[in-house]
Amino acid sequence: MNRTFKPTDLLWYGLLAALALLPLVPRLLANSFTAHVCILILLFASMAQSWNLLGGYCGQVSFGHSVFFGIGAYGAGIAMVTYQSTPWIGILVGALAAAAASALISYPCFRLKGHYFAIATFAIVEIFNRLFMVWDWIGGAMGLDYPILDDSWKHFMWSTNKTGYYYGALALFVLVFSLVRWIERHRLGYYLRAVREGQETAESLGVDSTRVKLSAMALSAFLAALCGAFFAQYNYRVDPPMVMSLDMSMRFVLITILGGVGTFYGPLLGAVILIPLQEYTRAYMSHLGTGVDLIVFGLIIILMMVKQPRGIMGVLADLKRLSGPARSAEVK
Amino acid sequence: MTTFFQVAIDGILAGMLYAIVAAGLTLIWGVMDVINFAHGDFLMVAMYVSYWLGFLWKVDPLVSWIASAAFIFLLGVVTYKLIVSRCIGGKSAMAPLLATFGLSMLLKNVCLNRFSPNFRILSGTWLDGKKWEAAGLVFSMPQVVTSLFSLAVILVLWHLIRKTRTGWSIQATSMDREAAELMGINTERVYVLVFGIGGACLGVAGGLMPSYLATHPEVGSLFGLIAFVIVALGGFGSIPGSLLAALLIGLVEAFAGFYIAPVFKYVAVFAVYLAVIMVRPKGLFGW
Repeated sequence: MNRTFKPTDLLWYGLLAALALLPLVPRLLANSFTAHVCILILLFASMAQSWNLLGGYCGQVSFGHSVFFGIGAYGAGIAMVTYQSTPWIGILVGALAAAAASALISYPCFRLKGHYFAIATFAIVEIFNRLFMVWDWIGGAMGLDYPILDDSWKHFMWSTNKTGYYYGALALFVLVFSLVRWIERHRLGYYLRAVREGQETAESLGVDSTRVKLSAMALSAFLAALCGAFFAQYNYRVDPPMVMSLDMSMRFVLITILGGVGTFYGPLLGAVILIPLQEYTRAYMSHLGTGVDLIVFGLIIILMMVKQPRGIMGVLADLKRLSGPARSAEVK
Repeated sequence: MTTFFQVAIDGILAGMLYAIVAAGLTLIWGVMDVINFAHGDFLMVAMYVSYWLGFLWKVDPLVSWIASAAFIFLLGVVTYKLIVSRCIGGKSAMAPLLATFGLSMLLKNVCLNRFSPNFRILSGTWLDGKKWEAAGLVFSMPQVVTSLFSLAVILVLWHLIRKTRTGWSIQATSMDREAAELMGINTERVYVLVFGIGGACLGVAGGLMPSYLATHPEVGSLFGLIAFVIVALGGFGSIPGSLLAALLIGLVEAFAGFYIAPVFKYVAVFAVYLAVIMVRPKGLFGW
């Protein structure tokens, strides 16, 4: 593809360069709490973007992404704990298994519309959660606890400092965002948006909507599983309620919706705002008792949905519109 | 054979409880095409209302369900006015669902923060431990009474919608909001009423439950999820559909729990739902 370089590309590459150089800023990532927040922002932005591919660009609002996230996490966990080997093969197998599972799930679910689709995906999360809870080979309800191994990329594990995890999360972030950006500008991206805007219209123009939705679902599940694997590696353990729950599924949805669904920068903005808010309220408002962080989280979601359902991207568009006429009036 | 019937009875009694929990959701979904994600948490709040009335002032659940129903009616009205009315009709069809998910997090964590995660159960209530035995079968009285209340609530709801002027305006609004407005129906008032009545049904259930089920901040989550499944299984806004679906879910849960293994009972419930939805994508009574 030969196309001209767009000014927004500069913004994107500038952002990546800044993120890559961030660990060089003295004392920024040396503080392990700041490092933790940065890593979570990159991870949750990637998760939200993987969901955005299906839920935003293709308009299929799934509440089942924690299933794929969980399969990915278990892929890494089983490789590390059950087979005592490097997680890398497990990560790949987990991601492929998640893509396969997503294709199986899609078959009955894509026939359902609106709320029926949403509720079917809730039901799937509950089924997987409960099956994983009683599956002894993968640790059942106890989950899998990682052995502490040497710091290395081979084990994808660092116990002394978080720089390794930071670059791991950054690699994941670059992979997911670049892929979505590439898709957005190519044939599949246009097909996805065509299916979202009107499935029948798109079909009448020759778009195979089932294939388009399936590809979006499988890709989205694959990427979500990679995020899950990172999450398991980062937490040294994996158990069903941690990775495969309705709450985890809602994270994917809420961050995207809060940032701006169906937009490229939305998932990143959502994560940049929600994750520090959640981590810092948890750290600094804990004297008010348990659950304060989630009370704040809940209030923000309600406010956002009531005031601007298109999220932060919508707010930014509003601001632009508000400042626009004022500026042109000045020129006159 | 006695065991079989006993399991069936337990399933039906559980199903009747699910029926009353799902009834309000069916009404809201049917009339407004909105999923109230905080539905299960409304139930949890109703249980706390009844629990605290019983614990602090020794009010029996058989009386305090009136207070719970009134409280959740108000909670429903306030939720509609402050949240739902401001995000329906916009471009995003998911906005009400997500906003009420925010409300669900808020309610759950406020209760967790104020009342601690402890399981609380009322003892020494009028129906506590009472049971009725016949032909070797045991009927636990608190559950039988809840089932009777459930039946009564569903009949009242049915009568209200089919036989009263208010009910006709609800039906008209559910069929076509604009046409109903042109006929002089205040559809905003209908929506407020629907949210309130939907909440009140839950309030009745939640008021009776603390005498035999523990109250804790997470109690609503599973009930809420099962209520969604029942409503989707029964079909868009169909009250008989949701009653049938609730009984089916109760029976599947009881039989899977007894004959397969207790851990598989919800797997069976959700699997049955998915199986039915594959044959009838809009539920048993949906169109």
